[in-house]
Amino acid sequence: MSMPRLDSDDEIEALPPGLAKKARALLMSLVRPHLAMVVFLAVIVVLTAALMVIGPVFIADALDKGVPAAIAGDMDPLIRAVTLFVVSAIASAILAFTSTRLVGITAQRILFTLRERVFTHVQRLDLGYHEKSTSGRLVSRQTSDMESVQQFLSYSLFDTALAVLQMLFIAVTLVVLDVPLAIVVFAGFVPLFFITKAAHSTQRSAYRRTRTSIAKVIVHFVETMGGIRAVQAYRRQPERRGTLSDQDARYRDANTDALRGVAWFAGWTRLIGNITQTVIIVIGAWLVIEGWTQIGVLAAFILYLRRFYGPLDELVQAFNLYQSASAALEKIAAVLDTDPEVVEPTQPRALPAHAASDAAASGRALDLDDVRFAYADGPDVLPRFDLHIPAGQIVALVGATGAGKSTLVKLVTRFYDPSEGRITLDEVDLRDLDDVQMRSSVVMVTQESFLFAGTIADNIRIGNPDAGDEAVVAAATAVGLDGYIRRLPDGYATDVKKRGGRLSSGQRQLVSFARVFLADPDVVVLDEATAHLDIPSERLVQDALATVLEGRTAIIIAHRLSTVEIADRVLVLESGRIIEDGTPDELISGTGKFAQLHQAWRDSLV
Amino acid sequence: MRPLLRFWPDLRSRIGVYVLVLVLTLLANGIQLIVPVITGYIVDGPIAHRDLSGLWLPVLGVLCIGIAEAVGMWARRMIVAPVVSHWEVTWRSRLFDRLQYTSVAIHDSWESGQLLSRAVNDLSQLRRFFAFGLPFLLSTPIVLAVGTVMLVIMQPVFGLIMILMAVPAIIAVAVFEKHYRETSRRSQDTMGELTTDVEESIQGIRILKSFGRSPWAAERFSEISTRLKSLEIRKAKLDSWLWSVLLLLPTVAQAAIVAVGTWGVIEGWTTIGTVVAAVTISMVLRMPIEMLGFLLADALMALTAAGRYWEVIDIRHDITDADGGVDDAPEVGHYLGKLRFDDVDFHFADTERLTLRGLNLTIEPGQTLALVGATGSGKTTMASLVPRLQDISAGTVSIDGVDIRDMAVNELRHLVSVSFEDPILFSTSVAENVEMGSPGASEEEIWEALEIAAAKDFVSRLPDGLDTQVGEQGLSLSGGQRQRLALARAVIGKPRILVLDDPLSAVDVDTEDRVQQALREILPDSTTLIIAHRPSTAALADVVAVLDEGRVAALGTHEQLLDSSKLYRELMGASAQAEAHTHPGTAASAKEGRTP
Repeated sequence: MSMPRLDSDDEIEALPPGLAKKARALLMSLVRPHLAMVVFLAVIVVLTAALMVIGPVFIADALDKGVPAAIAGDMDPLIRAVTLFVVSAIASAILAFTSTRLVGITAQRILFTLRERVFTHVQRLDLGYHEKSTSGRLVSRQTSDMESVQQFLSYSLFDTALAVLQMLFIAVTLVVLDVPLAIVVFAGFVPLFFITKAAHSTQRSAYRRTRTSIAKVIVHFVETMGGIRAVQAYRRQPERRGTLSDQDARYRDANTDALRGVAWFAGWTRLIGNITQTVIIVIGAWLVIEGWTQIGVLAAFILYLRRFYGPLDELVQAFNLYQSASAALEKIAAVLDTDPEVVEPTQPRALPAHAASDAAASGRALDLDDVRFAYADGPDVLPRFDLHIPAGQIVALVGATGAGKSTLVKLVTRFYDPSEGRITLDEVDLRDLDDVQMRSSVVMVTQESFLFAGTIADNIRIGNPDAGDEAVVAAATAVGLDGYIRRLPDGYATDVKKRGGRLSSGQRQLVSFARVFLADPDVVVLDEATAHLDIPSERLVQDALATVLEGRTAIIIAHRLSTVEIADRVLVLESGRIIEDGTPDELISGTGKFAQLHQAWRDSLV
Repeated sequence: MRPLLRFWPDLRSRIGVYVLVLVLTLLANGIQLIVPVITGYIVDGPIAHRDLSGLWLPVLGVLCIGIAEAVGMWARRMIVAPVVSHWEVTWRSRLFDRLQYTSVAIHDSWESGQLLSRAVNDLSQLRRFFAFGLPFLLSTPIVLAVGTVMLVIMQPVFGLIMILMAVPAIIAVAVFEKHYRETSRRSQDTMGELTTDVEESIQGIRILKSFGRSPWAAERFSEISTRLKSLEIRKAKLDSWLWSVLLLLPTVAQAAIVAVGTWGVIEGWTTIGTVVAAVTISMVLRMPIEMLGFLLADALMALTAAGRYWEVIDIRHDITDADGGVDDAPEVGHYLGKLRFDDVDFHFADTERLTLRGLNLTIEPGQTLALVGATGSGKTTMASLVPRLQDISAGTVSIDGVDIRDMAVNELRHLVSVSFEDPILFSTSVAENVEMGSPGASEEEIWEALEIAAAKDFVSRLPDGLDTQVGEQGLSLSGGQRQRLALARAVIGKPRILVLDDPLSAVDVDTEDRVQQALREILPDSTTLIIAHRPSTAALADVVAVLDEGRVAALGTHEQLLDSSKLYRELMGASAQAEAHTHPGTAASAKEGRTP
């Protein structure tokens, strides 16, 4: 019974084929805008690597030639060598200074772009995606996966290039010094190649496991902290702790495997380097003794050899950071690769302008033609139907839970697109409207009244970010929230997440209403929105609504039926079908479903 | 340093392994010093003398050391991997557990992302530090000290040069430390803010979409993200200063050794060989000095991470058993369920304003009390006091005369079952979500609870029935459906005391009536506190309390209050109802059989 929902989870987590390629393409697309910077950094890399190789030459020169010359009385060679050494050191320091800054800046800019891209994409994804996904998973993309990418960008991109170049310089030096010995060194690369190949596949799978398992940990963490009231009230702590340790055990094992993979890789690399060094000494000694190589050459060779293999450690480190980052990038690419099913039109059509005479508040006609809706390939939730709502009409939707009211509303607000048929607003298909116009024209108040971190005023202002303070106060007053807000420690500037500012669910709903007052849309959709209010508040809101809805088109889902009082028309839904349609009076006086419901509701009052 | 030192008990429990890691790290550094000496010996000795036979022993030495170095490196990483991975998850579980028992009020004062970023980002930073940073940070000074001592023995003047170089290095480090630590703290806090923002932007996606406010959210995100970017860039800039200073200083020292050494050779107080040896040693010391910059930055980030971790661990648990802990499964005594509020005051921690003041109320065993009051009058607060999700500021809440603060927290929560205004379902099956209310309940009991909550029909129509996965990771249910599952969870096992906070606000009136009836019939012995907005709910209660200005303004049956309390009539919409409607007959409920 406690089986986690692996099937659906893995469906989203599953990596479509070619994702590794997509991750690389994503990385390239991120780096490309910084190409000039990358070229500049490449120049710095070349200079730094050159200085790293040359620097010791100056000091060797000072020791070999400068000191004896100085003892002999000629200070010039020593002064020249030491000066050159110091100058090269200063140049190195300046280059290091510049590169550290530029790498930091570039890495952060790239990350910034990636964060923004993921954020906007997630916002664009349709509600269907969000209902299937969990917030924790998307949070893990933006946090722990980003961290992996950051580690790689800030610590290894530059160092990798530097290490490779350094090795290249030294390789050239080695070849110039002695070809046969150089060949021995390069022979060491054959086993290194195979080791790297093997490490590539094991490390990739280990890092993928760490990414997947930490995402699950995050999902569990977010859910537990979000539901802390229920966790405590129902004494779920031991069980939640158990789940966390199961998931963390998986993360811990994946992490251990990844780190141990590094151990093997690093160990082998070092072993090969050291063995090559020994072989070089033996062969070199033999060559020297046989008279085929100069002793000075061998000495230099051994000196450089150590420096040749030194960067390998950094490459191993970089390799692993890259593996970890690419596992993270795969996950990120998978999110970016998901196309929203509700898409913005490429060539949007504008809504016709309102006639000047009724510009103040005028609704728009909403038509559903031949609309059918089903989730993916499930059964029809709404079988084929037509619905025409003239501009300015207030429609109440009535029906039992699951009758299809919420679905209908989701279609009208274009959270989903109909499976068949079309929905038009003043003759314009919703799918042809650009998002900004669509959202400013049709606004919905949902069941849940989510508050964002910030002040109460900011939260009301979600209805219209440009609204001035007076408009905010007016909106709050209209829904009866003003008095309460003024009694808060900081009034409208009270932080809603601070304890004193914690709003009850009823007050949060009032905030939702206040948002609508500011939004000034053509079409208002209210989804069971007065559920948490006491009757006087509800009545106040309804009076205010009656004013604000004047002339606008409105669709109201109401269980309580009190809203029906301000409706021009009532639709009764059952199993996705409209079974009754008429004015409230007609239906109340009839003998249908609505008449019964209305009677029950009347009974419930008093 | 203190926050990092506080991890000592964990370190001590694995001290053997960790010391081994340190030794291996030191050895690796030492080998770096030895190998050049041997290779130098080989070149100057056997090779220079063309003595092939004298070659084998030192070469074997180089090979052995080479293999040992590789094995040592492998072993160090192999050993440290499970230890630090284990620490990371151990610390997370401690953090998680601390938070699980932290009272709701304190939870509300933390941004959720600040908790998550501590549990994930900060702990992975600490893992990295304990795996690599710390061993190297501890071994590097030793290597530097040994190198300097070697120089001093060789020639005190060269040693002095090295020590003099350390002075500006230490100054640079000191300046760096202060700025870097401050920036690192701000950066990690901003990461928490960003996490919160991402979480909100996804959890509030419906609002953002319905108002078309995604651009607004993106702007908000962008602002935080820009701040994070600048802080990270600032860190890189600070790094660049330290980095270049630490790169420059040793080379200056080397140049000084060469210059001063030459003078010494001329003066006759040192030899060329000594100068060469001194330069060689200083060359070897360059690596650890350069690394110091990186290690220091890493240590400071770890220090910040540790500080942030302990901030959570140090949260005081104010709602606990008598011994200061919380027993997960205390013995549950026998209670009748008389719930009593005596002179109860309540205010939130950050304000003096009393939400409840001098509240007195008694609910007899088995009685159902409906609590009504205007939006924001403190009903939900009052409900949260019963299972001690929050503690009262003054007065007492008692069950059968026992102060609830004298009971074990989980004994109380065993007796009291709650259904919240925002139904919280967990990502698991319907059955498990309901069973939570009475662990070990049979399938029959689950169905019975679902029936009381009028959820039986829709659950049996779900794709997998009781086994259907719900919650954030499962099937998305409507608000009314979620409420009914949460209600089923509250009523399963027939709790002694039932607290229902507006449990059916998103359910139609028909269903609500059915649930009310079922509650009465099936749970006659449960003391019930129900927050109500509907006259029908209030009418079914044995007694109704009207909450106003933080106290009980009126108490009585529905009918009594309709007669006596103007406030109640207003809250129930009765007075307005009578005026507004032309069908007076409908205002008279058949159940009550009377007209207000």
